[in-house]
Amino acid sequence: MGHLVTLPILLPMLGAILLLLPPCGKNKKIRRALSQAFALFTLIASIALLMNSTTNNIEVYALGNWSAPFGIVLVSDMLATLLISLTSFLALCCITYASAGDDEKGRFFHPLMQFLVMGVNGAFLTGDLFNLFVFFEVLLIASYSLLIHAGDKHKTRSALHYVILNLIGSSVFLIGLGVLYGVLGTLNIADMAVKVSLLTGDDVALAKIGGLLLLIVFGLKAAILPLHLWLPKTYSSALPVVAAMFAIMTKVGVYAMFRVYTIIFGEQAGELAFMAQPWLWPLSILTIVIGTLGVLASEGLRKLTANLVIISVGTLVAAVSMHSVMATAAALYYIIHSTLMIAVLFLLADLISVQRGKASDRLVEGKPVAQPYILGGGFLIAALAVMGMPPMSGFIGKIWLLKASSQITGTIVFWPVYLIASFVVLIALSRAGSFLFWRHSNNEATTEVAAPLKTNVIIALLLCSPLMVIFSGKITDFTLAAAKQLHDVNNHVNTVLAISNHGVK
Amino acid sequence: MEILYASCVGILVTCGLFLILRARTFPVVLGLTMMSYAVNLFLFASGRLNSNQAAVLGKSAQYADPLPQALVLTAIVIGFAMTAFVVILSIRGRADLGNDHVDGIIPNKNKVLQRETR
Repeated sequence: MGHLVTLPILLPMLGAILLLLPPCGKNKKIRRALSQAFALFTLIASIALLMNSTTNNIEVYALGNWSAPFGIVLVSDMLATLLISLTSFLALCCITYASAGDDEKGRFFHPLMQFLVMGVNGAFLTGDLFNLFVFFEVLLIASYSLLIHAGDKHKTRSALHYVILNLIGSSVFLIGLGVLYGVLGTLNIADMAVKVSLLTGDDVALAKIGGLLLLIVFGLKAAILPLHLWLPKTYSSALPVVAAMFAIMTKVGVYAMFRVYTIIFGEQAGELAFMAQPWLWPLSILTIVIGTLGVLASEGLRKLTANLVIISVGTLVAAVSMHSVMATAAALYYIIHSTLMIAVLFLLADLISVQRGKASDRLVEGKPVAQPYILGGGFLIAALAVMGMPPMSGFIGKIWLLKASSQITGTIVFWPVYLIASFVVLIALSRAGSFLFWRHSNNEATTEVAAPLKTNVIIALLLCSPLMVIFSGKITDFTLAAAKQLHDVNNHVNTVLAISNHGVK
Repeated sequence: MEILYASCVGILVTCGLFLILRARTFPVVLGLTMMSYAVNLFLFASGRLNSNQAAVLGKSAQYADPLPQALVLTAIVIGFAMTAFVVILSIRGRADLGNDHVDGIIPNKNKVLQRETR
């Protein structure tokens, strides 16, 4: 195993640096090939880690061989390796898709994409809260620049909001970390989990303030209800391939919630056990409601997809607040499915809007698309998957989550809201599909068809949905094991603290 | 010392928040800078305030906690980069959108113009 854990972070960084150097800076063919190659290497390293994590216990890597509470550790458990594999796969698809022409609309697309992958992978792997902040900033600054890639007025405007909001978020994150460090004296997640149960008196209140401040930040990153307003505008104005990559970014916020509120403030936390639940549960349901209303009100396919992101975040946060192994396992299955399907919807929206000319992706009459079979069929599959209809992966995720939620007391609220939301999504997507593909003016379709590279990427992403159904047995076994590992806090703490203790002597 | 330090952080945060809620990008950027100063001071205080204590073992009877100092250094560097980015973005927004309002349009501008023409 050795140093393999560092590769999903180091490879994109190395790739980004090489891509900035002369031979790649000058020649776009070399640049594209190198960027794809590095994305592929990152994917291979991630999958190797994934294979490794299924057979072994949690792997801990002490950076610089400094022992755990003092040094920074990378923790590769099943949850982290699953998510870095998902990120690396999505990045490979997006980079390949962009290599068909979108990367030349602005500068430094490939290095920024690599830095984004580095930040996301780092955030998934780190076992230290301050290090999580640092990786958040790495992925954020890359996302700021990617957002204004191929810039125009709308991009600048929404980027301004996004950057300012996230800078405030970073300040709140640091204040929260300061409070927690002042009380607990450590920022290592495993060590915090031990210390938080020993708190007494006023320190409990302080730790609660710190934990809830972190909740604000993760809520902003994940876009849950009062903090979701930036998302539809940002995602719909970004270049579609960038928006497709951003599909993973809200999941970073959800992941951070899973880590912090299951391990640190989980059932072992004494007085602070499950302290986020009273906030997360109602907010997640309201997030689903507001996302559903947004889906109904959207006037274009990209905005509609952006609102679908909000619904999926609401669903995932509801699963976080359920605090059960089943719900977590269902959420992990749902994360894979929703990230890939939302990404493919953004990419489809790109091709559709190019081929419909002036009408773009708006839901109005326009020119017929030039490739109705590929785009229409692709849209059908993605839509079926997103709304959770039987043959596709969304169905399994949805049923599993509903089943997991039946074990808790809030079912009576969750079921109707969630099922009505699915129904509304069905209506909205059918309306969007019939506008985009059937209602057209008499104009001739453009003869320009999409680059084969682009359609191939879309087909590859679409195939994941039926594949997730065919191999659902293996995938659900894996997510169930990953959820068990996440909820086994004692094992996590012992592994992280023990390995690093005898690492340095 | 604690009261002075705490009120310093508090006043910086208040000013920062007030400025962030302004409608023009320049005050907002200033507000963000003030917030980041306040945050740096706050992080520094999380290792407890004390004087005449080195952050090195064996140099004084009691030692200061060195970790918050390292955290502050990291936060300063990141905050500096982010501020630089937001300054450039605001300048670009001013150029692209034609004004320095955070929404890119000055609300009620047309109404004011209409009133003037009347």
